[in-house]
Amino acid sequence: MVNLIMASPDPAVVEHVERPAELSPTTEPAPPLTFQVKNVSIWYGEKRAIDDVTLDIASNAVTAIIGPSGCGKSTFLRCLNRMHELVPKTRVEGRVLLQGEDLYSSTVDPAIVRRRVGMVFQKSNPFPTMSIGENVIIGLRLNGVRNQKFLNERLEKSLRMAALWDEVKDDLHKSGTSLSGGQQQRLCIARALAVEPEVLLMDEPCSALDPIATAKIEELIYELKAQYTIVTVTHNMQQAGRISDFTAFLYMGRLIEFGSTTKIFTNPSQKQTEDYITGRFG
Amino acid sequence: MEIATPPAAASLAPRSAAQAMVPPSRFGDKAFEWLTLAMAMAVVLLVILIGWQLWRGSSLAVQKFGFHFLTTSTWDPVTEQFGALPFIYGTLVSSFIALLIAVPLSVATAVYLTELAPLWIRQPIVSLIEMLAAIPSVILGLWGIFVMIPWLRDYPFPLLKRFFGWTPFFSGPIYGTSMLAGGIIIAIMILPIITSVSREILRSVPNLQREAAYALGATRWEVTRIAVLSYARKGLFGAVILGLGRALGETMAVTMVIGNTPQIAASLFKPGYTLASVIANEFTEATTDIYLQALFEIGLVLFGVTILVNLIAQLLLKTLTTTSTTRAVQ
Repeated sequence: MVNLIMASPDPAVVEHVERPAELSPTTEPAPPLTFQVKNVSIWYGEKRAIDDVTLDIASNAVTAIIGPSGCGKSTFLRCLNRMHELVPKTRVEGRVLLQGEDLYSSTVDPAIVRRRVGMVFQKSNPFPTMSIGENVIIGLRLNGVRNQKFLNERLEKSLRMAALWDEVKDDLHKSGTSLSGGQQQRLCIARALAVEPEVLLMDEPCSALDPIATAKIEELIYELKAQYTIVTVTHNMQQAGRISDFTAFLYMGRLIEFGSTTKIFTNPSQKQTEDYITGRFG
Repeated sequence: MEIATPPAAASLAPRSAAQAMVPPSRFGDKAFEWLTLAMAMAVVLLVILIGWQLWRGSSLAVQKFGFHFLTTSTWDPVTEQFGALPFIYGTLVSSFIALLIAVPLSVATAVYLTELAPLWIRQPIVSLIEMLAAIPSVILGLWGIFVMIPWLRDYPFPLLKRFFGWTPFFSGPIYGTSMLAGGIIIAIMILPIITSVSREILRSVPNLQREAAYALGATRWEVTRIAVLSYARKGLFGAVILGLGRALGETMAVTMVIGNTPQIAASLFKPGYTLASVIANEFTEATTDIYLQALFEIGLVLFGVTILVNLIAQLLLKTLTTTSTTRAVQ
């Protein structure tokens, strides 16, 4: 929990019409690309978790990050919204551009980065003291939205997008933890969507779910692609094959191969990728 | 590593002679169960015995004074008039003042130690707080008499009087030894326990909760509020109750600074008296049976007040937590 600059209540953020001025473009915007990751290396103390990774993440597509445990998948995902900074003594080199704007520029507030780049975690983590409805709109409340009508509309919209509305519409006052595991995970997706981020990061969103709940989340990811750029980490090779358009294979902190999912899974150019995908190691 | 045997039926059968020869004994389990049960019952029994002993020791006084013991304010051993109301009042008010001061301080300290403080500074602060808990009550009382009270009398009390003198709580002459001083010394004594329990509670909040809030773009204060404090509120309430339990029974240090005057006064600058203090002060001079019995009854009342306050607190906790989870959005 270092280097976190406190967010100031910025009217531009509250209204959601305009991006804060401090995120002014430093390079030319490249419309089809959401993220441009340039020579990024990340250290936890002395340990280098990510080693010189360069890759572009396309807009309105699902990019899957695969690799064996400890390869730096999660760290890489978290560097896209500066969540890895919550671990003390982290250091980043290189640049991460979101719509052409450098996320690590000294003037950028990480809280604002995280409002633009939402995240869903491995284990569902609704706030247990809040109701289902409050869980969804808490992000908006943090942004200072007070208009009850607007909150209610966004509540329904987010829950519909997360394909949860029909299941919970009569129980919005119940505790978020009263739902099943799969429903809780969709609630967390709705919570992330409610602040209307540009990107949704998903850190193994199905690893704690049963096959039916997993199928629902996968379907949801496919639908959300139309409006969001999605980056997901997964342990499950079949899942990466099913849901993603692009796949990045990380091994020991290095990017071994990156390309369209079809190519990675049918005709990988690297021997290591092929070995991993066919289950020979990892 | 051994390769697991796939069929379930096969794995149930003993795989080697050695495994087949030692039937697991249930004796250890039983003995363990009975032993722990006995220990647990001993604690319960102790509480019941103490209560019963107090009841027995005060039976004469209970018969003689009846309900008046709780509602009258005269405490005169010479005429054998005993009313406990000023002591009950003193105990409750001094403990309440203590909580008012100690709870914000302790919870803020715990939040700082778990959420904000740089790692290297955490352990030294924790050790210092534990040291505060290790100071004997009587030493703290001496410090209270010779350092705290003169200072309170010269600086904070006159200030309080100047700004809040118009309320009944801070009016009247300032003696130094007072209900407020008693409350402050109790606050110092219960700070360590509330802080360390709160700290453990906050540490047990899953990191995933904090991450959930951070991922929504929450600032550190917002994370602490929506993910940490709200998650931990039940436990924090428990920490406060623990502190309150200590506060109600705190004796030595309070006795030395509260003034030991059985009176009910609105002004916190006036001296007071607590249930625990009167027992400590007077049991050596309780020469008559009824006097001793009255002191025993004071003990019984303290016992009852403590239990009652705990019960109320738990009820409060229950209603608080059920209403807030069902609070509707729409």
